[in-house]
Amino acid sequence: MFGNPMFARTILKLMIAYLIRRILYAIPILIGVNLLTFALFFVVNTPDDMARMQLGIKRVTPEAIEKWKQQRGYDKPLLLNSAASGAGKLTDTIFWQKSASMFVLDFGYSDDGRSIAREIAQRMGPSLAIALPTFLIGLVVYVSFALLMTLFRATALDIAGVALCVLLMSVSGLFYIIGGQFVVSKLWHLVPISGYDGGIGGFRFVVLPVVIGVIGSVGSSSRWYRTIFLEESGKDYVRTARAKGLSELRVLFSHVLKNAMIPILTGVVVVIPLLFMGSLLTESFFGIPGLGSYTIDAINAQDFSVVRAMVFLGSLLYIVGLILTDVSYTVVDPRVRLS
Amino acid sequence: MSFMPVILWSDALVFLLLAAGISGAWYVRRREHLLLPWRRVAQSATAMVSLAVLSLFFAVGLLDTLHYRVALPEKNGSASVYSPEVLSVFDKLVTPLRTQTEKTYSAPLAVTLHAKESISDAQGRVLRDYPRLRYGGAHLADVSQRDGDVLWRGFKGAMGGLVVGVLIAGITSLLRMQNLDGNNPPQSPLVRGNARTPPLTRGGWEGLAHLKKYIDSNYALIIAFIIIAALIGATASLASVYHVLGTDKVGQDVLYLSLKSIRTGLIIGTVTTLVTLPLALLLGIAAGYLRGWVDDVIQYVYTVLSSIPSVLLIAAAVLMMQVTIDTHPEWFDTAASRADLRLVFLCLILGMTSWTGLCRLLRGETLKLREQEYILAAQAFGVSTLGILARHIVPNVMHIILIALVMDFSALVLAEAVLSYVGVGVDPSMISFGTMINAARLEMGREPMVWWALAAAFGFMLALVLAANLFADAVRDAFDPRLNRSEGTA
Amino acid sequence: MMNNILDVSSLVTQLRNGARIVDDISFSIKAGETFALLGESGCGKSMTALSLLRLLPDGVVNAGGTAQLDGVNLFDLRERDMRNVRGGTAAMIFQEPALSLNPVMTVGQQIAEVLTLHQGLRGAAAQRRSVDLLDQVGIPDAARRMMEYPFQLSGGMKQRVMIAMALAGQPKLLIADEPTTALDVTIQAQVLQLLRDTQAASGMSLLLITHDLGVVAEMAHQVGVMYAGQIVEQASRAQLFARPLHPYTQKLFAALPGAMRRNQPLTAIPGNVPPLGSITQGCRFTPRCDRAWALCSEQTPGWTVLDGGRGVRCHLYQERGARSEDREKTPSPPTPLPQAGEGSSILDPRSSILEVSDLKVHFPIRKGILQRVVGQVKAVDGVSLEIPQGHTLALVGESGCGKTTLGKALLQLIPPTAGSVKFDGHELTGLAARELRTRRAAMQMVFQDPYASLNSKMRVAEVLEEGMAALNIGSNSKARQARLDILLDQVGLERTAKWRYPHEFSGGQRQRIAIARALAVSPRLLICDEPTSALDVSVQAQILNLLKSLQRELNLSYLFITHNLAVVEYIAHEVCVMYLGRIVERGTAEEVLRSPKHPYTRALLSAVPRIDGSGVERIKLEGDLPSPANPPQGCHFAPRCAHAGESCRAGYPPATSHSATHTVQCFLYGPDLN
Repeated sequence: MFGNPMFARTILKLMIAYLIRRILYAIPILIGVNLLTFALFFVVNTPDDMARMQLGIKRVTPEAIEKWKQQRGYDKPLLLNSAASGAGKLTDTIFWQKSASMFVLDFGYSDDGRSIAREIAQRMGPSLAIALPTFLIGLVVYVSFALLMTLFRATALDIAGVALCVLLMSVSGLFYIIGGQFVVSKLWHLVPISGYDGGIGGFRFVVLPVVIGVIGSVGSSSRWYRTIFLEESGKDYVRTARAKGLSELRVLFSHVLKNAMIPILTGVVVVIPLLFMGSLLTESFFGIPGLGSYTIDAINAQDFSVVRAMVFLGSLLYIVGLILTDVSYTVVDPRVRLS
Repeated sequence: MSFMPVILWSDALVFLLLAAGISGAWYVRRREHLLLPWRRVAQSATAMVSLAVLSLFFAVGLLDTLHYRVALPEKNGSASVYSPEVLSVFDKLVTPLRTQTEKTYSAPLAVTLHAKESISDAQGRVLRDYPRLRYGGAHLADVSQRDGDVLWRGFKGAMGGLVVGVLIAGITSLLRMQNLDGNNPPQSPLVRGNARTPPLTRGGWEGLAHLKKYIDSNYALIIAFIIIAALIGATASLASVYHVLGTDKVGQDVLYLSLKSIRTGLIIGTVTTLVTLPLALLLGIAAGYLRGWVDDVIQYVYTVLSSIPSVLLIAAAVLMMQVTIDTHPEWFDTAASRADLRLVFLCLILGMTSWTGLCRLLRGETLKLREQEYILAAQAFGVSTLGILARHIVPNVMHIILIALVMDFSALVLAEAVLSYVGVGVDPSMISFGTMINAARLEMGREPMVWWALAAAFGFMLALVLAANLFADAVRDAFDPRLNRSEGTA
Repeated sequence: MMNNILDVSSLVTQLRNGARIVDDISFSIKAGETFALLGESGCGKSMTALSLLRLLPDGVVNAGGTAQLDGVNLFDLRERDMRNVRGGTAAMIFQEPALSLNPVMTVGQQIAEVLTLHQGLRGAAAQRRSVDLLDQVGIPDAARRMMEYPFQLSGGMKQRVMIAMALAGQPKLLIADEPTTALDVTIQAQVLQLLRDTQAASGMSLLLITHDLGVVAEMAHQVGVMYAGQIVEQASRAQLFARPLHPYTQKLFAALPGAMRRNQPLTAIPGNVPPLGSITQGCRFTPRCDRAWALCSEQTPGWTVLDGGRGVRCHLYQERGARSEDREKTPSPPTPLPQAGEGSSILDPRSSILEVSDLKVHFPIRKGILQRVVGQVKAVDGVSLEIPQGHTLALVGESGCGKTTLGKALLQLIPPTAGSVKFDGHELTGLAARELRTRRAAMQMVFQDPYASLNSKMRVAEVLEEGMAALNIGSNSKARQARLDILLDQVGLERTAKWRYPHEFSGGQRQRIAIARALAVSPRLLICDEPTSALDVSVQAQILNLLKSLQRELNLSYLFITHNLAVVEYIAHEVCVMYLGRIVERGTAEEVLRSPKHPYTRALLSAVPRIDGSGVERIKLEGDLPSPANPPQGCHFAPRCAHAGESCRAGYPPATSHSATHTVQCFLYGPDLN
């Protein structure tokens, strides 16, 4: 199909135009997110309120509040600085310096004075080391399990599989982590309970979080894939494929799976960029120095700058995920690719 | 009176939901075509058993929602003063569980504390041993009598529960059977007057055969009911003199904590609906039906909201809420009302972050519906937009709403635990599965290990969520029009 | 018996709960012959076909009987061997070509799959063979089409690809399940021709499943008529069309609308097909049969073989001579109707109730980041028409010609782009919603799909009252209730129906409710958008009768939008033929249908399968309807027209008159060609 170079070039051109359009669509969304976080962090409660709470009711003095605000750069007007001149009216404000600056990935400093951007860069690696294998292994396990159930649909195997899924998804995620740590690390001493190490040596730290991560969502995910596969296999073209004399396995793999890719990609591709963010629970339980534990520490320490930065980063990655999803459609769905 | 009823914010919302639920049920009861999918739910044995379990949880939650404050003993005729402690009817019912606290950890059904302590005996010698509990097994003269006593009391309680269960099941079966007979055939109310002899007055064998048939068709439910009754009996009998699930660090009864957690979980799972539902419904059908700029704006809003990872959005919002609450201590007269308002706000925040999914679904469905010919017919009559939305669109998206609500419930209950663990959940002073797990998670590392609080929290949560999931599945199967059925359409 | 390719005997197919969908069916197909299974929806004909290939959906099982295909007993085969039969010895094509092809595989891949499986062809060999097959089924530029995906093909092309796929395994038997039902009549003619040609070339047998007597007349050698899971009559085509024996078959013929029956009500079959498994004793047609007697409901009639090898399942023919006077009795011709409008001046402009002039509905095509308008879909492009009081104007055209859009634009459900719609002298376009509401009562619509046109959550009374309430008709609810009773009487439903919900009614009854809903506000014009195309023939007759009698009683005008020319012949006074957003020919029904002028009208008429087999000379129409977003230059029909000349491609032809009422927009009759 791409043999014809002219044709391939046209397609490529269209794809690029499409991509640019999608990116342009994303900008207003990010502006919305930015405004929302600004409103949440600076309008719902004024910086004074935040200072008062963090300093504790008892130690509040006007001076202490001013000092707190000054340390963090919150001593400026919110939207419009009438005292400043020229562009400074807009730029010398909390909105410009704390919110709008995030568009250029300038996240400022955390309460303990470290650059948030640098911290993020350092912590993405460990987050990815857990999240990526969890995602990939999970995908293979869930899809295989779901295909198995679809192949044996309406038999005892399928019913037992669904029952297992419902049971597994009714268990709290915290249980998998606490139980897994207890059995594997404490009783069997197979791997360390928590910790992290780069390089090959880090493998022993990664195994348990990944396995628990995969098991943790086997119930809901497999059931979701099964629903998709079942819905596809009820369609007319599947009957046509059977009428051709194809075996049930061939029907499933070369017809159903191909069509099911469209709904699957919708749900799956969008989370790929979010893998950078890591998982809050897993990282905090296993002591992995990733973005998840960074976020949780910031929440517990009520470090608003970090939480704000993570909110913006999260939605940025989500929107990248949306764009990737659209691009992935063009790969699997000729109707999108060619029209 | 020596008490003052207290209606907390969450109580009010629960009552509101309850009223909505009852009036909804009343409305559906009188409409055969709306009743039809519920009949399908009723035919599923798993659904009915899970419903039985769920109603047990709901009963506990409801009793725990009727709050009051006790009057303090009056001092020389002045106006009555009420205790700052807000109690519930449930607290009153299980007063011993609430008040009989030990010193610290004790294992389930134990009669001694979990760790050795230095005790001075009658002679004043100090020795290290497991001290006896203040309440747990206090009636036993000797520790060694415990096993026999536990077995005997457990058995006695189970038998009592069994008998009560069988009696209740039998009576309801008879009553329902009679109802069914009297209403047959259901569509002709006129013949009810000269209905055939009710089965109770019919000849013995015939009546028995009839009863057997009824029991056969409902036997899963009846068995489940009797088992539950026996379980409750045994627990109740044991709980009067033991800590069935042990005690926690400060000596509180874990069974009491678990039961109290139910209300929190239920409120998170249901009250959130109150926020989600109107937003999603209103915006979803408005976007889908009106199209144009309304659609653009609504789509923009929910894309923005859903693009923020939900945990982060919730965390950010809860942090801000905490700032507001902390800086306004004057708003709250009791600790309970403070914790309660935080719970309500948490529901609000969860609702604000979770309406987008349902809204998107409803918008999509409305887009499909607006091309339906009956909508065109209404437009050709010049029916107003509001009339079309209310009469044609809303009733036809109801099934989606219902399915979404029951499916969301269990996810919310699970989310509460995670959020409370992360530190953005309910108030730390409020008893919930999340706070229980959070408090107990380090106890696994103690020597000797303390496992019962975690196990109890997870166990109760599993029972609640599993029942909710199974019930939700049955509801979805019964309501989803895409699952084709041969019956019901003719 | 030797040259039978398929022998089915005592086939039973049932639901898991025991309800029989197919009940004791036996038939045989000779090599090279076409056997048609004829029946209305829900009679079990598709399930019969799926049983043969063992492709039954979940929940339906084969519960007995044998099927010998080319000497092999299909029901004894292991699943693995059965797979060699499917797509090999016996291939199947389905009703919805749009859904039956895999949307994410190229046409070539889908054909090659069969070639690999059943012919052992791979790679280049499979490619070459696929191109041959596509050529063979008449797909132009086959080598390029191989690389395309189903969504790039038109409906007719998709069905051709399905046929090519079926032929790839060189089957001895082709099962075609309603192969042309989803297609337009001109495309249907192409596909039927293709099936006939292929059969002649390859000598395969064809099991044709259809509800359309016209298709049977064109295609079949042998016919089996199915009713409620059983074959009630079997005969050669000639025998059946000469003299149908079973009362059901007779009624089916009598229910067909057509010009000859214009002045009489159609013989509708009362009632509906019984639900599955509801009748276990006696003849299943008894409740609807006007010749049934006591025996019919007591004893199930056996299979009676009569002269000439034909057979019938009816007591009338079982006991020879028992009721011979009944046997020969054919349904008495119904009494003629007094006709409204007929004979009176046909187009008196002053009596026109609806006047439409130069109406246009264009939908903008938006593209790019800023959603700039880059083109227009001209769904309706300059239509003018008038409907006199008490008359029926039929708007005829194939799907996509804009006829439904026109109907909605008349009701102002879609705002017209330009032009005027005058009802009773009052302009409707551009009215504010409130002013428009005061005019709404006079013009109402009846929709195509009786299942989609009633809100299933409302009682019939609420459905009927909605319009009255919205338009303030009937002073109070009591007056409205009284009106409901009258309405239900008028459309032939029981008064108690108003307390029930739509799902309790059959398709025909629902359409009656929909008609009553429109009548509730006392309209003077009804726009009927394909009101019978979703209904079975016997029910269609009921609805047509109802519409005709309502017209007579209430002096209603109809705009009857349809693609079914037989219905047009039966019901219309005037006809407009629409092609790609414009009306190409108009005149009285007699003029347009008896002496069509426009080449498109002529092609359309010749494409309709006729049950008398007397088909007018067939005009083969090439290709498909072009896109209204990009209509051809000049006369829109020119690219498909055999008579097109230079001028046709240069400009749109002006209207030429052939009589006071008959005008055609075609250069063939223009001053410069004539």
